[in-house]
Amino acid sequence: MTKARQRRLRCTARLKEVMGGHFSALAKASKTGSAPIAWCTSVGPAEILRALGFEVYFPENHGAALGASRMANRVMPRAHAMGYSQEICSYLTSDIGAHLAGVTPLAKAGLESIPKADVLVFSTNQCRDVREWFEYYGREWSVPVLGITAPRSVDQVEQAIVDDVTFQMEALIPPLESIAGTSMDSARLSEVVKLSRECSDLWKRCLQTAQTIPSPLTFFDGTIQMGPAVVLRGSAEATAYYRVLLEELQERVAGGVAAVEGEKYRLFWDGMPIWGKLSDNSTLLAEMKTCVVASTYCNSWIFDALDASDPLPSMARASLELFIARSEGAKQWVLEEMIEAFQVDGLVFHDSRTCPNNSNARYGMPARLQKKTGVPVLVIDGDLNDLRCYSDEQARTNFEGFIEQIADSKAFRSRVES
Amino acid sequence: MTMDRFYGGIDSGSWNTKVVLIDGEARLRSSAIVRTGADIETSAAECFDKAIERAETDRSNVISVWSTGFGRHSIDFAEDRRTELDCHARGVAHYMDGPLTIVDIGGQDAKVIHLDGEGRRLSHKMNRKCAAGTGSFLEEIALRLGVDIENLSDLAARHEEELELGSFCTVFTSTEVLALIRQGKKPPDLARAAYRSLIKRVTEMAVLEGLVVATGGVIAHHPVALEMMESMADCRVVVPEHPQEMGAFGAALAARNACSRVSK
Repeated sequence: MTKARQRRLRCTARLKEVMGGHFSALAKASKTGSAPIAWCTSVGPAEILRALGFEVYFPENHGAALGASRMANRVMPRAHAMGYSQEICSYLTSDIGAHLAGVTPLAKAGLESIPKADVLVFSTNQCRDVREWFEYYGREWSVPVLGITAPRSVDQVEQAIVDDVTFQMEALIPPLESIAGTSMDSARLSEVVKLSRECSDLWKRCLQTAQTIPSPLTFFDGTIQMGPAVVLRGSAEATAYYRVLLEELQERVAGGVAAVEGEKYRLFWDGMPIWGKLSDNSTLLAEMKTCVVASTYCNSWIFDALDASDPLPSMARASLELFIARSEGAKQWVLEEMIEAFQVDGLVFHDSRTCPNNSNARYGMPARLQKKTGVPVLVIDGDLNDLRCYSDEQARTNFEGFIEQIADSKAFRSRVES
Repeated sequence: MTMDRFYGGIDSGSWNTKVVLIDGEARLRSSAIVRTGADIETSAAECFDKAIERAETDRSNVISVWSTGFGRHSIDFAEDRRTELDCHARGVAHYMDGPLTIVDIGGQDAKVIHLDGEGRRLSHKMNRKCAAGTGSFLEEIALRLGVDIENLSDLAARHEEELELGSFCTVFTSTEVLALIRQGKKPPDLARAAYRSLIKRVTEMAVLEGLVVATGGVIAHHPVALEMMESMADCRVVVPEHPQEMGAFGAALAARNACSRVSK
């Protein structure tokens, strides 16, 4: 197996500055009280919070940082010992464990400790665990926990459920106004939704550049580059960043520059990243000239429905249209579309032990998809943060065996066609 | 000493290292098995030397060597490598026409591999990060019953009562065995229940369809496991020649194929 070059994106340096700015603002608000702080789930109603002047903190980003820095397995036992099961979301157990241990990987980014919330706002469109997570801090700090109980396993996004979530969003505003000490300015909300939509559109265009062969971007790049779309959507900084990123990616496309040198095989990744093995997985696949060109995960921050002229209903619709909130049938349709659009040779399903809601290998989807599309599938056992659920050796054999299978199949087709 | 030309395959498994030498006609001419231990490269070299000695040839007559198995990346004298998924499939497809389902049960992993009518791999499943459904599970149960692993199958063959054990976790199953011992259950019945548990775990991994072929050390040395697989999967299960060395045989075939491609 040869060493393969993975090209780094130039703008990653700027990404660090943008993310650093976000953490600095939170640190300042935390220290000086210059702005109220709201915690928000990653695909929760962040636009409402930003419009009311909150500094918004996304603890899932902290969960990912705990995983990527491999601090997670050191701190999770503290949460387990308190009665938070090893079988529930390991973002939750990592984050609470880190809080109990008084450590955070964000210290390197200028945030000495996680910012104490004035309010925690969840949406259950992704899972139940986020609510339990926020309830812990609500009890810990005696601060309000507000939220949206959204429908899950949504087939068609019918108007009735959009109305339901819109109503719940409207109901959030008065208590949030009270905590923020200000009134909602509808023009400001429209402006934030407009910026969120711009961010979403730019991020989508960035991800779509990977439809090119060779791809200028990998899923592993995407998990890092999506940072501003997660924590800064609704801000001018995020849209400015994605304009720069898009330009660099378009430059790569024009020059035929591959993210993985000598790209031969293209994969799709379904489910969560394995944060503590991001670099290992990226390197292993690159050594096999394999680029993971698309994922359901990075697409989670694309909100096509957002509409500045109709802020709350469009936010409600966008939160319900998300892949993670959809039924098996709707998810399969999305995957079939992406297989075709990104011309992938195979699909990897990461069955993440503690994230059942973002693991799509548990109800027969891989076999159904392979049968319908003819594209081979691989299921990898692992976890987003808990590396006890992941075996390096088994994963390596699975990945290598899968690429051998794809290579043999391509070689056979090539012989038949010639 | 023969001056025939050979191709070598090394399967560096978690328990045992297997080496096969084949000739230009893909006939298996010699094989050897040694414990892998902690030094992968040394056990591979030792095993390779044994196979050469048994083939009554010299190292210089071996044209190419490929490796497979979990230690495949650690054997410097192998020219190239393939996964054990590929090598078991390649080895079995050499003997049998597809569609095939290959069930390979090794020391620390179990695999189910589906091949199409042309012998190409369609899919595979490996056991999860757990010893249940592998040879390590039988080792644990043999230890609990106080018998050598080599004698576990003979013990199970003397069973009188059909018992059920869990198949979720080796440690939990071992605890179940203790509880059944306290209830006065007999070792042959417990040994048979252990095989049932192991095969249940494997047959849960994927649908067994087409011609079902079993390979690996567990099938090679535990006749009760084969009987149990046929009974539980409700199909005939074929065991090819040298099932334990099938991965090494596949690696040798890969070496031979690569050389024939180069020489064309």
